Amino acid sequence: MLDKHGIARRIARQLRDGYYVNLGIGIPTLVANYIPEGMQVVLQSENGLLGMGPFPWEGEEDPDLINAGKQTITTLPGSSFFDSALSFGMIRAGKVDLTVLGAMEVSDRGDIANWKIPGKMVKGMGGAMDLVASARNIIVAMQHTNKAGESKLLPECTLPLTGQSCVKQVVSELGFFDIDPRGFVLRERAPGVSVEEIVTKTAGRLVVEGEIPEMHLD
Amino acid sequence: MNKVYPDARMATADIPHGATLMLGGFGLCGIPENCISALVDSGVRDLTCISNNAGVDDFGIGLLLQRRQVRKMISSYVGENAEFERQLLSGELEVELIPQGTLATRCLATGYGMPAIYTPAGVGTEVAEGKEVRRFGDKDYLLEIAFQADFALVKAWKGDTHGNLIFRATSRNLNPLMAMGGNITIAEVEELLPAGSIDPNQIHTPGIYVHRIFQGSGYEKRIEQRTVRKRQDTNST
Repeated sequence: MLDKHGIARRIARQLRDGYYVNLGIGIPTLVANYIPEGMQVVLQSENGLLGMGPFPWEGEEDPDLINAGKQTITTLPGSSFFDSALSFGMIRAGKVDLTVLGAMEVSDRGDIANWKIPGKMVKGMGGAMDLVASARNIIVAMQHTNKAGESKLLPECTLPLTGQSCVKQVVSELGFFDIDPRGFVLRERAPGVSVEEIVTKTAGRLVVEGEIPEMHLD
Repeated sequence: MNKVYPDARMATADIPHGATLMLGGFGLCGIPENCISALVDSGVRDLTCISNNAGVDDFGIGLLLQRRQVRKMISSYVGENAEFERQLLSGELEVELIPQGTLATRCLATGYGMPAIYTPAGVGTEVAEGKEVRRFGDKDYLLEIAFQADFALVKAWKGDTHGNLIFRATSRNLNPLMAMGGNITIAEVEELLPAGSIDPNQIHTPGIYVHRIFQGSGYEKRIEQRTVRKRQDTNST
């Protein structure tokens, strides 16, 4: 089984040199820690920055320089600033190669719910609806089951949707899945996880073809 | 031409009860601190605020919420504000949540003189309820209407007496879009310069969009999430 760092490491293996990538808050943010050595990946922050660098050294925080999670950050050689309309313009135009998001639920058609739980205080969707509606490739990093052990990979999302038919891949603590018209297609098992466990814990349509290899993280 | 006002109080003095305002900023980054303080002091109420966020309890738009000066918020994310939550749950405050890119682009459309935009954000979700859906190619888009705002309150780094503006780092965010979108745009700047002092190549917002400008003061620039790398102590192992 993967911990959150393991999920991030597996997603980092999907990166390619020259990719422009938008990482959501939570596990997706950790992907930045596992960009392979020698590979150049440009991180987009949707409040208006390409080329997001690491957190500043203590004492060098700049209140005018934050990421979409409102954290103080830095720039890198090659960074650029722009307004929020241009930022979502480049997202809408499909210029961002990869978007990594968290989710509360994903359906076997690629629907995603990650912004609202009825009965709880609504905080808002921020840029999530724009990102999922337009990104060329969306990988979701998520927990496979909720605290009660119920699957979050579903035939149909029960929570209000963030976007429809948009998620292409899912990495959970149990495995790596493609989403195609047949549903969740199991590609890799997490270390120590059996196909049977994945079958038991996946409520949506699941396709298991042939031998499923165990995941490599590096 | 005289666009220069002495301070925030004078620049915002004619904002009436019930006005619709655009307020620049993302989180607490690049918010018009001086204008917000002037509105708190003036006591103007029943405001509709178009702003990406709603500040925190004791800063930014949170100051206006504390004093019940806001009737409606139009925002994309309002998660950092307990007073906001209380007023929303009690029904004192109306809120319209819209995707961030839609919010930004509805401001842009106003400044570009376009009545509406089509965007795929929100298709198939509750954001689409009651909106026209149109298919272009193999994809559906929502018709989203350009904003109308009586006043836009924006914060820039530098400005000149013609109203030309330059923004700094990610404090640019929605500021130039809202500057274009207000019927009357009021810009507060950290440094107000005589016309001719700024290289025209460097200007982000041309002064035609800016009706009033003033030299701001006392900027707090509060940080919401202070995240840092600790320096290694070279004396330790």
